[in-house]
Amino acid sequence: MDILVVLEDNRGKVHRMSREAIAGAHKLAAVMDLSVGALAIGENADTLAKEVEKTKIKEILVIKNDLLASYNADGYAETLKQVIQQESPRFIIVGHTYQTRDYFPRVSAKLDIPFIPDITGFQYIGEDLVFNKPVFNAKLAADLKGKTDQVLISFQSAAYSEDEIEPGMSTIREISVDLDRSLVRSESEQPFQEEAGEIDLESADIIVSVGRGIEKKENLPIAFDLAKVLGGEIASSRPVVDSGWLPLFRQIGSSGQSVSPKLYFSLGISGAIQHVVGMKGSKSIIAVNKDPDAPIFEIADYAIVGDVLEIIPKLTDVLQTEKDK
Amino acid sequence: MKIAVLIKQVPGSDSTLPLNGDGSWIDDGLVTFVMNESDNYALEEGLQIREKIGDGEVVVVSMGPERVLRVIREGLAKGADRGIYLEESGQSETDPLSIAKSFASVLKDESFDLILTGLQSDDTGMGQTGVLLGELLGMSTATLGIETNIVSGAIRIKRELESGWFQWVKLPLPASVSIQSGINQPRYPSLKGIMGAKKKDIKVVSGSDHRTETKRQSLDRLFIPKADKQTEMIEGDADTVVARLVEILRSDLRVI
Repeated sequence: MDILVVLEDNRGKVHRMSREAIAGAHKLAAVMDLSVGALAIGENADTLAKEVEKTKIKEILVIKNDLLASYNADGYAETLKQVIQQESPRFIIVGHTYQTRDYFPRVSAKLDIPFIPDITGFQYIGEDLVFNKPVFNAKLAADLKGKTDQVLISFQSAAYSEDEIEPGMSTIREISVDLDRSLVRSESEQPFQEEAGEIDLESADIIVSVGRGIEKKENLPIAFDLAKVLGGEIASSRPVVDSGWLPLFRQIGSSGQSVSPKLYFSLGISGAIQHVVGMKGSKSIIAVNKDPDAPIFEIADYAIVGDVLEIIPKLTDVLQTEKDK
Repeated sequence: MKIAVLIKQVPGSDSTLPLNGDGSWIDDGLVTFVMNESDNYALEEGLQIREKIGDGEVVVVSMGPERVLRVIREGLAKGADRGIYLEESGQSETDPLSIAKSFASVLKDESFDLILTGLQSDDTGMGQTGVLLGELLGMSTATLGIETNIVSGAIRIKRELESGWFQWVKLPLPASVSIQSGINQPRYPSLKGIMGAKKKDIKVVSGSDHRTETKRQSLDRLFIPKADKQTEMIEGDADTVVARLVEILRSDLRVI
């Protein structure tokens, strides 16, 4: 295979950004006429492989090993290194998740090949394949180029849509790697949540998200009322969570959840890059903010320069009246 | 406990970012520089670990043109014991592997127990130098630390996962750990600290003594990203705005 997509296990399911990575790999494969393979590691490897079986992936490699049952950087980095040596893919592609950031640099150093991270797209400039990456907190973008035959690439959230995955049928092949028990030096405890987040923001169709522009905790009902009448969920930017107004599991952005609802209704959020990476894949974005220069307006479909506290209660009233008719 | 903290000097969040003549980098001369945000938290974590243990050394390490001596001195003023400065002349290196190899060649004989770095830099944001360096030096690694505890011969790290999940990981020392912003309250340098910093040692390593010629990726061009969305500006008084919003929700988006 020419392109190897590494699938991430998100509690028994293929991580959304791994599916986006497959879509990105399909794009790259089409441009360069390459074949795509995938790799699933760990105790859920079979389930993950089955989940993406009906896509245009030539072969899905499955690795099960006691030392890889759950994620650990030592074991996963060594495993991927050996798979790359065995299969010789030119491109190793993943989503730019927290797990990727944790072990992909280790693979890069082991094999002396570059890890080109957080990519939003690629194109040919002359003979050169060039990858685009936002830099300087997304105020600028950069063209990056690999200098070796093999490169590790991670795609930014929503760089590609999983709707663009090409259908097909793949075969599944179990392979093994040679791991010594002494290799895994870390001891990982069970992942946990500090606050039970029963809300599944990732599958919500409509999200009403609150930022600093809501001004104080007492104003939160304005957002909750709008969410209720629209049948949506409440989310927020980091400052609102840091102020203790909403629990962490409501947070959208690089340190919270990534979502791509049908409608993202942004209330008083300025649109710092750390927030935007978690929601820019939304199908439609309505943004209300007092500051006409707020970066959120650059990615919004509908931009309203105005006061959330004045406009939103009125909107909720009108929507409620319509609903009651 | 011997701790190295890697700090980078980056443009401040309010700084302008004019491109240089050929668009290969920003025009450094017109930029105001600060210590990278998450590196500042990493430094504070290093100082707190040293204080808790009651002994040991915190060494601040930075690479770049001469101006980066300012963030090294800032680190010393906050309480670091000494500095190591890797000189760079000409264009700053952007290839993370080359950068990590430079650090590795300088730090390998120091035998640090712990290397702390910020999660990522606010300039290129590659987010990998600390992990690369850990691997090159044969250390165990972890990223996105939001709490740390030193236990005998090891460090326990509370890692931030996605979607509000966390995980405690225990790494044997030596280890390289990247720190998430918000882990602590970084201190400001005291007047005494600033005066004392002048007497602290900064080891200077010249470019020819650390630079590698094995670039694995290159940053060839910077540009201003173009907005790819057509944005409809909705203007008017609150009633006008609300009427248009209702229309959008009903006809364009069909969510009501």
